[in-house]
Amino acid sequence: MLKYIGRRLIISLPELLIISLMIFLIMYAAPGDFLDQYRLDPSVSPQRLKAMEEEFGLNKPAIVQYLTWLKNVLKGNLGYSFYYRRPVSTLIWERVAATLILSLISLASSWILGIALGVFTALKKYSIGDKIMTFLAFGFVAIPEFFLGLVLLYFAAKTGWFPISGMKSVYYSSLSTWERFKDILWHLILPATALSLGSFAGLMRYMRGSLLDVLNEDYVVFARAKGMPERVVIFKHAMRNAINPMITFLGFSISGLLGGALFVENVFGWPGMGRLVYQALIQQDMYIVMASGLISAVLLVAGNLVADILLALVDPRVRLS
Amino acid sequence: MENILSVRNLSTYFYMDEGVVAAVDDVSFDLSPKEVLGIVGETGSGKSVTVKSIMRLIKHPGKIVSGQIIYKGQDIMRFDEKEMYRIRGKEISMVFQDPMTSLNPLYTIGDQLMETIIQHQKVSKEEAYKRAVEMLGMVQIPEPEKRMKSYPFEFSGGMRQRVVIAIALSCNPSILIADEPTTALDVTIQAQILDLMKDLQQRLGTAMIFITHDLGVIASMAHRIIVMYGGKQIEVGSSDDVFYNPAHPYTHMLLRSIPRIDRKIDRLEPIPGQPPRMIDIPKVCPFLPRCPRNVDECNQKIPDMIEISQGHFVRCFNPVGGGN
Repeated sequence: MLKYIGRRLIISLPELLIISLMIFLIMYAAPGDFLDQYRLDPSVSPQRLKAMEEEFGLNKPAIVQYLTWLKNVLKGNLGYSFYYRRPVSTLIWERVAATLILSLISLASSWILGIALGVFTALKKYSIGDKIMTFLAFGFVAIPEFFLGLVLLYFAAKTGWFPISGMKSVYYSSLSTWERFKDILWHLILPATALSLGSFAGLMRYMRGSLLDVLNEDYVVFARAKGMPERVVIFKHAMRNAINPMITFLGFSISGLLGGALFVENVFGWPGMGRLVYQALIQQDMYIVMASGLISAVLLVAGNLVADILLALVDPRVRLS
Repeated sequence: MENILSVRNLSTYFYMDEGVVAAVDDVSFDLSPKEVLGIVGETGSGKSVTVKSIMRLIKHPGKIVSGQIIYKGQDIMRFDEKEMYRIRGKEISMVFQDPMTSLNPLYTIGDQLMETIIQHQKVSKEEAYKRAVEMLGMVQIPEPEKRMKSYPFEFSGGMRQRVVIAIALSCNPSILIADEPTTALDVTIQAQILDLMKDLQQRLGTAMIFITHDLGVIASMAHRIIVMYGGKQIEVGSSDDVFYNPAHPYTHMLLRSIPRIDRKIDRLEPIPGQPPRMIDIPKVCPFLPRCPRNVDECNQKIPDMIEISQGHFVRCFNPVGGGN
């Protein structure tokens, strides 16, 4: 098992290198220079421009630039934001907490609800409950996140039950720890709902289909014929097999954890990565874009690794062959 | 001898969108202890549904519409699901057709054997382990202790079917139902599995219902044979009766259509026509459209099972050889 994980980790290193090179090449191929903004700004002295060209190795060929960038990245220096005039790593670090709170909560809620209701609807196939859930699921899959967000905003504005923007109230700093927690949770409910309903619906349908497939398998019928109680048949024999294809899905979900939710964060004014990257793209603030691309790539590789490890834990055919 | 199992007027229908399929229609038979009863018939004749009905394993849209299944004097049709847990695997066991898919790929052989033993017998884990190893030895799996930790994917088809048989026999059932247990195996392995089953059946004295569409297989196994066609029993008799004095035109024609070692046949004669479409069939003999011996009466009603000689029944108005 350790050998398997080690092998996967070693394979993932060249993967990451290639991905980072591709991100770099795409950014390099984009028209313009990321110092153009500074060159047009009379308050930046030519000496400073020269110093920055020197720091990032801009006057050198592309391959040297890439290696310099790579060296900086390995040292933990993700570059410098033109718009904020601060290091990218600091900017991202400030937003990580907000993004993680939102994405982890919606990931957890959509998975827990998706799996549970997927199992329920599979076991109660064609019942009224199943039909209602199927109808809702197709609805949630079809409605775009931002529209759902706007509908929820309208609901919040009409009822006044929920805040319509941001992550903290203005009086946040005067609250006790427990009240701060509740305040953030209160702000979190609507964006998390908008973000999780779509993926919850997809996961539920996927789980339902997967379990229904497995319930028709011979080994499930054989388990019944052995006299195993229905509870054991479903939760020991059927569930573990039905969960298998879901695990690969989980790997992909993990890769989206830090990317931020572009639309939902913008609709709800959530101070997360999604908004930062969106603004950076519009303003050609390139190092932020590259850093966020790199983080997504690392998480994708990590997510796949986690999925592969989980799969190996669950499935002996993966583990032993 | 007292019957261990009596099936009375069993009917199982499937309610499909296209119509009602009478997969099993008014089937009755008895099984005595230690007897091997063969059920033969082509695909779709209702063999599997008959035994799945006995195990009460019919799922929607199928439904057992009528009949009694009397096991050791009790009608298990009246049992609820909980009581059936004690029958299945413990009193009546089943071996399925495809050993490649009847074991759960994610659990070890040992786990799947032991869970059955622990479910039905009040034994500790250690005793269940010992019993499981013993069972693997009994079905002639080499190095049973070592194999307990193996997963199904590490086994060949024949080995897996041995494991399935070990699981089915692990709680000393009174009846073993084998639903085409050798169909998915190649011929050499088939012979080994058949020998093993015959040997275990005699050694343990288990009564057996053996389903197949392979007449050669059934000839070597069964004491008595039921021939099914279109969801109905059309002939019941001892192996000798059915093989040497087939009375129903279908059985008769079926035997002429297969090669035999014991008799020289100039050429094989296929049965003309198609197997019946099973949806909303008229209340006549299902073989009527293909039958060369049909008489006027055949178009009016289904014949009853009549006894043409001691223990030899046929459902036909015009049996071959006049019933002798």
